[in-house]
Amino acid sequence: MSHTVSCASDPDLGRSVTDLSRRTFLKAGAIAGGGLLLSLRLPFGTDESAAAQAESFAPNAFVSIEGDGRIVLTMPYVEMGQGTYTSIPMLIAEELEVELSRVHLAHAPPNEKLYANPLLGIQATGNSNAIRGAWKPLREAGATARTMLVAAAAKRWNVEPASCRAESGEVLHSPTGRKATYGELAADAAGMPVPVNVALKDHKDFQLIGTRAKRLDTPGKVNGTAVYGIDVRPPGVRIATLAQSPVFGGKVKKVEDAAARGVNGVRQIVRLDDAVAVVADHMGAAKKGLEALVSEWDEGPLAGLTTAAIASELEQATLEPGAVAENLGNTERAMAEAITKVNAIYQVPFLAHATLEPMNCTVHVRKDACEVWVGTQALARAQAIAAKTAGLPLDRVIVHNHLIGGGFGRRLDVDGVARAVQIARQVEGPVKVVWTREEDIQHDMYRPYWFDRLSAGLDGKGMPVAWTHRFAGSSVIARYLPPAFKNGLDPDSTEGAIDLPYELPNVRVEYLRVEPPGIPTAFWRSVGPSHNVFVVESFMDELAAEAKQDPVSYRIALLGKSPRAKAVLALAAEKSGWGQPLPARVGRGVSLQFVFATYMAHVAEVEVSIDGDVRVRRVVCAVDCGTVVNPDTVRAQIESGIMFGITAALYGEITLKGGRVEQNNFDSYQMLRMNEAPTVEVHIVSSSEPPGGMGEAGTSAIVPAVANAIFAATGKRLRKMPVDARLLKRPR
Amino acid sequence: MAFSIKVNGKTHNIDVDGDTPLLWVLRDVLGMTGTKFGCGRALCGACTVHLDGAAIRSCITSIDSIGTSEITTIEAVGATAVGARVQKAWLDREVVQCGYCQSGQIMSAAALLASNARPTDSEIDEAMSGNICRCGTYVRIRDAIKVAAQAGGQKG
Repeated sequence: MSHTVSCASDPDLGRSVTDLSRRTFLKAGAIAGGGLLLSLRLPFGTDESAAAQAESFAPNAFVSIEGDGRIVLTMPYVEMGQGTYTSIPMLIAEELEVELSRVHLAHAPPNEKLYANPLLGIQATGNSNAIRGAWKPLREAGATARTMLVAAAAKRWNVEPASCRAESGEVLHSPTGRKATYGELAADAAGMPVPVNVALKDHKDFQLIGTRAKRLDTPGKVNGTAVYGIDVRPPGVRIATLAQSPVFGGKVKKVEDAAARGVNGVRQIVRLDDAVAVVADHMGAAKKGLEALVSEWDEGPLAGLTTAAIASELEQATLEPGAVAENLGNTERAMAEAITKVNAIYQVPFLAHATLEPMNCTVHVRKDACEVWVGTQALARAQAIAAKTAGLPLDRVIVHNHLIGGGFGRRLDVDGVARAVQIARQVEGPVKVVWTREEDIQHDMYRPYWFDRLSAGLDGKGMPVAWTHRFAGSSVIARYLPPAFKNGLDPDSTEGAIDLPYELPNVRVEYLRVEPPGIPTAFWRSVGPSHNVFVVESFMDELAAEAKQDPVSYRIALLGKSPRAKAVLALAAEKSGWGQPLPARVGRGVSLQFVFATYMAHVAEVEVSIDGDVRVRRVVCAVDCGTVVNPDTVRAQIESGIMFGITAALYGEITLKGGRVEQNNFDSYQMLRMNEAPTVEVHIVSSSEPPGGMGEAGTSAIVPAVANAIFAATGKRLRKMPVDARLLKRPR
Repeated sequence: MAFSIKVNGKTHNIDVDGDTPLLWVLRDVLGMTGTKFGCGRALCGACTVHLDGAAIRSCITSIDSIGTSEITTIEAVGATAVGARVQKAWLDREVVQCGYCQSGQIMSAAALLASNARPTDSEIDEAMSGNICRCGTYVRIRDAIKVAAQAGGQKG
């Protein structure tokens, strides 16, 4: 089963929109041939401002009910393992009163005319916002369609709509025993007025939302038939692999390619300003050709760059005030009056995404058009960069989107598309550009390095009366979505550092945007919180230790105004057996966060060997993410986020020497493996609040829980990630 | 150079250099893309296939080393009783997220259960620690292997 979704497909094709609702974000019309079509606008976290600015209605999701009863949902979110292809259709199915299996996701039309159709709008899947954005509009769309179908049936039978009800894809009139399927009613329904206000179901009446619905995208992923970007094979496709300047910002000086050309299966050597590629019949020949190339590079001004130099620049920056992200009370006065002061410096490293599917993109550049096959989280950006790189108008570029073998933010950037188009411009016919793992890690766009200074003032009872936090690092938003970077601040860099769930009377948080020279930075699963939650929750643990108080009860004392946060913390502590004795060099650590609109507490239990090696044995998570659409997906995302975060805590570090990334494959950039994976228990707090984001929260919450558990086990406070085992050796 | 290899019961004649890794013959020459590329150095297990029933990393297995051995890939592992049980357990336990590593995980798990019907936790660790899952589905993989083992036991 392939889940190809084309951005150039136009569900409006051949359909006429006949009625416009008073609501800006939903309209109804008829499908040529008989059927109901609802067009709606779903918000995207990273593109909300763009959407809000658009005065004209630009729909990006469509629900159609066809004459044969088929219900088709065309939506802008992409599946990268987070379960979106299952949980989003659940929202429609719930209000429409149909089984989930009746809702089909739109695939690329088999006979689409290339280059003819417009884009659906700016598209991105990230920031854990799919369910958050779709929650209300998609249920409204389902309820609207249901109301119109009921109205059509009532008119046909000449009865009151209120005497009819919808159930399992049919409208029923119990008093007379009449019934009609949605397919039979769809054409008539398109002629009914669009209800201005539709009543949404009460939570207690949900039949589908909150159930453990089976994932719809999995069968093809266990039998080898699922098609990821790297799997596409347009007729005549060649395979290319590349070497980019090993030093960021360097250029190709000289390429000796005679030996490479002699490799069996090599067809062409493509030279770019800052990269060289070998085009071949298959990847084996392309790699062999690449190894046979003798390239000289003009390394440029960054040839001497080191991680230490970048960290030092950030450290210097934090000596000066930054943009004020939060300012409560008077920290200066409170700090002066405090009985005890605690100061700390924290640092987190650059991190690579290391999606298991290496970067790849397939492109066919023709004289007047360009076709792209890729798995992307940002379809419109992919199209725009391809058009720009190919020197073609937007409407001459078609992008086929595919399943993504791990996104984690890497596929929000489209540098790989630009690279592939640069190469494809010099190649006759389609070419699939596949990066080796070494290129993928050494030319990633990295989670930023951040440097933090924290201070707290404690009162006579050890409770915090002043809290200051100043940090410096790259702003991904400033590059990716410049209008969202305002007054030196952006919503991602500070998430998890401000608006803490704790009652703190005097708080001052400052951020300094400092871009590392030449090192591209990007979103990385949980981004800002991946840094801030580690720092804040580690420092909170330090304060509890300074006050000689239990880390859980110390936090709970500060949560008087945040009952949801208090509840998850108490639940995680209870389920973990908090306070019960543990063997020597085994410890429990706690963390609490409110990010992505989700409350989460973790308790990690770690064991530290006498050599300092850390093993996370068990993680207990309590989560309140509002209304749960698919509890199994929530659990899966938390399990996943935890493994991702432990990988970062124990191993994750990209370092630079001589302007080059020192890590290059899974031996030097390690991933957590089966034998190291902890058991995970997830406890979900029942809630009818709107859903919170789930894709990233588990990652940011686990890192401080692990660090705090290491402190509990060894007495060593780790203020720099990843864990340095040398610091944890048992003293002799 | 011409080679003849047997994949999923079918013989293929191919003309590549003898040192070409099997992975690229499968994916790029034969068009069998279910077997995945992850690292190229046998560090991640995404490319795992069976060679006469044993799990091997196709990214470092040169085509001239295969001879008459039979290769089984994810596309055909479901035709074996153990492979089908593993696939079913994977679906029942909702193991999969992005899914990219799962071909390799399933091939490693099927090879394990074919040689050891009731593996212990440490035997599962040993057999599976060569397969990286970046989505971190390890808890469910372990669970699914046990489910598949149990299903095998029931069938005798």
